[in-house]
Amino acid sequence: MAQTGSCDVIAAVEPTWYLIVSSLLFGIGAFGLLVRRNPLVMFMCIELMLNAANLTFVALATSLGDINGQTAVFFVMVVAAAEVVVGLGILVSILRRRPGATADDLAELKG
Amino acid sequence: MADLVWLIPAFPLFGFLTLLLLGRRFSEPLAGYFATAMVFVSWIVAVAVYFDLVAKPEEERSVTVTLFSWLPVGDLQIDMAFLADPLSITMCLFVLGIGGLIHLFAVGYMHGDPKFSKFFLYLSLFIFSMTLLVLGENLLVTFLGWEGVGTCSYLLISFWHTRESAATAGKKAFITNRVGDFGVMLAMFLAFESVGSVSYSALNGSAVAGTLSAATASAIAMLLLLGATGKSAQLPLYVWLPDAMEGPTPVSALIHAATMVTSGVYLLTRVNPIIAESAAWAPTMIAWIGVGTALFAATIAVAQNDIKKVLAYSTVSQLGYMFLAVGTGAYVAAIFHMITHAFFKALLFLGSGSVIHGMHHHQDMRHFGGLRKLMPVTSATFIVGWLAIAGVPPFSGFWSKDEILAYAYDDSKALWAVGLVTAVLTAFYMSRQVFMTFFGRYRYADALPEELQLTWNNRVREAEARVVEAEAGLASVKDEAVSSADKVEKAQEKLAQRETEMDDVDPSDDKAVEKAAKNLDKAREAVVKAQESAQESVAAIRPLQDKVETIRTEASIISVEAINGMSDETVLNDEELPASVRERREFQPRESPWQMTVPLGLLAIAAIGAGGMNLPFTKDLHFLGKWLEPSLFHNEAHLKLSGTELWVLAIIAVTGGLIGISMAVRIYLHEKTERATVELPILADAWKYDSAVTNFMGGPGRKFFDLVSWFDRTIVDGAVNGTGRLVRSVGGELRAMQSGLVRSYAALIAVGAVALIAWFLVRTTF
Repeated sequence: MAQTGSCDVIAAVEPTWYLIVSSLLFGIGAFGLLVRRNPLVMFMCIELMLNAANLTFVALATSLGDINGQTAVFFVMVVAAAEVVVGLGILVSILRRRPGATADDLAELKG
Repeated sequence: MADLVWLIPAFPLFGFLTLLLLGRRFSEPLAGYFATAMVFVSWIVAVAVYFDLVAKPEEERSVTVTLFSWLPVGDLQIDMAFLADPLSITMCLFVLGIGGLIHLFAVGYMHGDPKFSKFFLYLSLFIFSMTLLVLGENLLVTFLGWEGVGTCSYLLISFWHTRESAATAGKKAFITNRVGDFGVMLAMFLAFESVGSVSYSALNGSAVAGTLSAATASAIAMLLLLGATGKSAQLPLYVWLPDAMEGPTPVSALIHAATMVTSGVYLLTRVNPIIAESAAWAPTMIAWIGVGTALFAATIAVAQNDIKKVLAYSTVSQLGYMFLAVGTGAYVAAIFHMITHAFFKALLFLGSGSVIHGMHHHQDMRHFGGLRKLMPVTSATFIVGWLAIAGVPPFSGFWSKDEILAYAYDDSKALWAVGLVTAVLTAFYMSRQVFMTFFGRYRYADALPEELQLTWNNRVREAEARVVEAEAGLASVKDEAVSSADKVEKAQEKLAQRETEMDDVDPSDDKAVEKAAKNLDKAREAVVKAQESAQESVAAIRPLQDKVETIRTEASIISVEAINGMSDETVLNDEELPASVRERREFQPRESPWQMTVPLGLLAIAAIGAGGMNLPFTKDLHFLGKWLEPSLFHNEAHLKLSGTELWVLAIIAVTGGLIGISMAVRIYLHEKTERATVELPILADAWKYDSAVTNFMGGPGRKFFDLVSWFDRTIVDGAVNGTGRLVRSVGGELRAMQSGLVRSYAALIAVGAVALIAWFLVRTTF
C-alpha cells in the first residue's frame, strides 16, 4: 500500500517538473565540473549529474509505466558507487603526494 | 602390408637423419654402405607392398594411408597421406632398385672424397624426397617431394662447389626449375579453386565424373605440363640438364637420368583423367613438345665430345619420347619406356662413370678409344646399354620405343616420322660414343690440342730466340769492322804525320834521321796490320749474314708449320712434349672395383630383360599394361593398327636403328667419311639456344624484371609504407589535443553531447 501511495505522490506531479529539476541539477553539475579546479568538488559535480539522470529515469519510468527505467537507475547507482570508491582512492593517494593539487596540475599525460 | 607403405620413405629419412647427426663419425665406406642398406630395406618394403597389391582383386588395388592431417585450414584440408597403387608402387620399385645399385656404385666412385659422408647424406635425402613425390596422395605432398628432389639436385650438382662451373650449373638447375614449379603451384591453386581439394582421388574423381569443365581441365593440365617440362627437362626448359653433368657421375645416373627427371612424366600420368577431360589440343601439345624435344636433343647429342654430355642430351631426347607417349594417350608405353630407360640409361651413366674413374677424370671422348680390352666389364655392359637404347631387338629399349612409335603412328603420321628420325639419330650418336670410347686406336696418350700448341709455341719461341741471337752476333761483328776501319784511318794519319816529320827533320842530324826512319817503318807496319785485321772482319760479315738469313727462314718455316700442322704429333720429338703427355703414356687404365662393376652387371641384365614385362605379341603378355590399368581409369589409348602393320612398323624402326649404327661405323670405325660432315659447330653449340636465352634474359628480360622490381618497390611497397606514414603524421597532428587538462576534456565531451543531441533533434524534426 505504502508503495502505491508513494507512486501516487510521484505521479501526482507533472513529469515536466521533474525534467525541469533534473535539467537544472545537471546544468549545475556540468557547470561546476567545468569551472571548479578542486578535484573533490569536481567529483561531487559528477555525482550531481548522475543523480539528475537518475531522476529523469525514475520520473519517466513512472509516467510511462515502464519498469526498465527504474532498473537503469540501479545500474547507475552501482556504477556511481564503484566509481566513487576507485576515484576517491586515486584522489586521496594523489593529494597525499602533492597536497593542494588542482585538476589542472595533473597533466602529466598530455600529448 | 599395403598399410605400411609409409615405411618406404621412412627408411631413407632415418638414413638421412642418422647421417646428419653422426655422419662425421662414420668411417668412409660405412656411411656409404649404411645409406645403401637403407635404400635396399626400403626397396624390400616396396616389394612386399607390391605382392600385397597383386594378391588383392583388381578394383581394390589402391590403398590410401593417412598419417596425419597436415594443413587443416577451413575448406582446405590437406592430409599427409600416401597412395599405394600400381603406378606409385611401380615407380617405387624401379626408383629404389636402381637407387640402391647407384648407391653401391657411388661407394666405389666417391672413394677418397673428403665429403664422402655428406654425399650420402644428400643421396638419402634425395631418395626420401623422391619416394614422397611418388607416393604422395595429393598434389601438395607430391610438391613437397618435388621441391625436395630439386633441392637435392642443386646440392649434388654443385657438390664440388669449389669448381666455378659446378656452382653455376647448380644455380642454373635450381632457377630453371623454379619456372616450372611456379606452374605446379598455380595448378594446385586452380585445382583447389575448382574442385575444393588437391588430393588425386578428388581431382581424378571429379574429372572421371565429368564435373570438371574442359577449360579448367586444360588449364590444370597445361600448368602441370609447365612444371613437368621443368623437372623432366623438355623444351623450353631443358637447358639445365646438360649443365647438371657437372655433378659426380652417380648423381647424373640417379637423379639426372633414372629417377628425378621422370617425375614430370609420372605427374602427367598420375592426373591422366584430367588430361583426358581437357580440350583436344592439350594432349596434342604434350605430344609435340615431347617429340620436338626428342629430335632437338638428339641432333645436339651428335656433336658433343664430352662423354657425359652425350648421355645428358640423350636423356633429354628419351624423356621426349615419354612425353610423346603421354600425349598420344599411351601411358603404359610411357611408364614402360621410363622403366627400361631408367635401367639402360643408369647403366650407360654408371659405365661412363667407370670410364671417367678409370681415366683420371678425363671426359673427352676424342681421347679415349680402344678401352674395350682395358676395361672389359665396363665395355661389355656399356655395349648392352648401347644396344638397348639404339632399339636393337631383343634388348629392352626396342620394345618400349617401338610401342611408343606404334601409338604415335596411330595418332598422327607426322609424330611418328619425327620419332623415327630421332630413333635413327639415337642409334647414330650412341654408336658414335661407343666407337669413340671403346673401339679404335687407344688415343689417351696422344697429346691434346692445347698440349701440341704449347709445344709448337715453345718451338717457335726457341727459333725466334735463335734469330735474335744470330742478329746480335752479326751486329757485334759489324761494330768490330767499323772500329777496325777507324783504326786503319788512325794508323794512316800517324803514317802521314811521321812522313812530315821525316821531311822536316834536319838531314845533318843522323840520330834524328835514324829515329824518324824507324818511326816511319813502325807506322807503315801498323797501317798494314790494321788493314789486315779490317779485311778479316769485313770478310767475317758475309757468312754471318748468310747464317742469320738461314735461321730466319727456318723460324718462319716453323711458324708456318705451327699454324698448319698443329695437330700433327709425329713431327715433334718426345722430349719436347709437356710432362703431362709423358705421364699419360705411362698410365695404364684399369677396370673399376667390384662396388662399381656389380651394379653395372645387374643393370645390364635388367637392360636386356626388362622388355619382357610388356611384350606386344598377345594381350596376355601385356603384364605392365594389365597391372597399371587401375591407375589409368580406362584412359589408355587403344591401338587401331592390325598385327601386320605393327610388324611393318617394327621392321622400319629396327632398319632405322641399323642405318644409324652403320652410319656411325662408316664415320667413326672405318673413318671413310669426315667427322666434320656430321659434327656441325651449330649442333655442338646446341643450336645457340643457351646463348639466345642468355641474351634475351640479359637484355629485354632484364629490363622487364627491372620494371617489375621498380613497380614492387615504389607502388606496392609505397602503398603499404604510405599508409603507415599517413597514420603517423595525422597522429602527430592530433597529439596536441591531448592537453592533459581534465576540464577541457569535459568541455569537449559536453560540446560533443550537445552536438549529438542537436543532431538527434534536427533528424527527428525534419
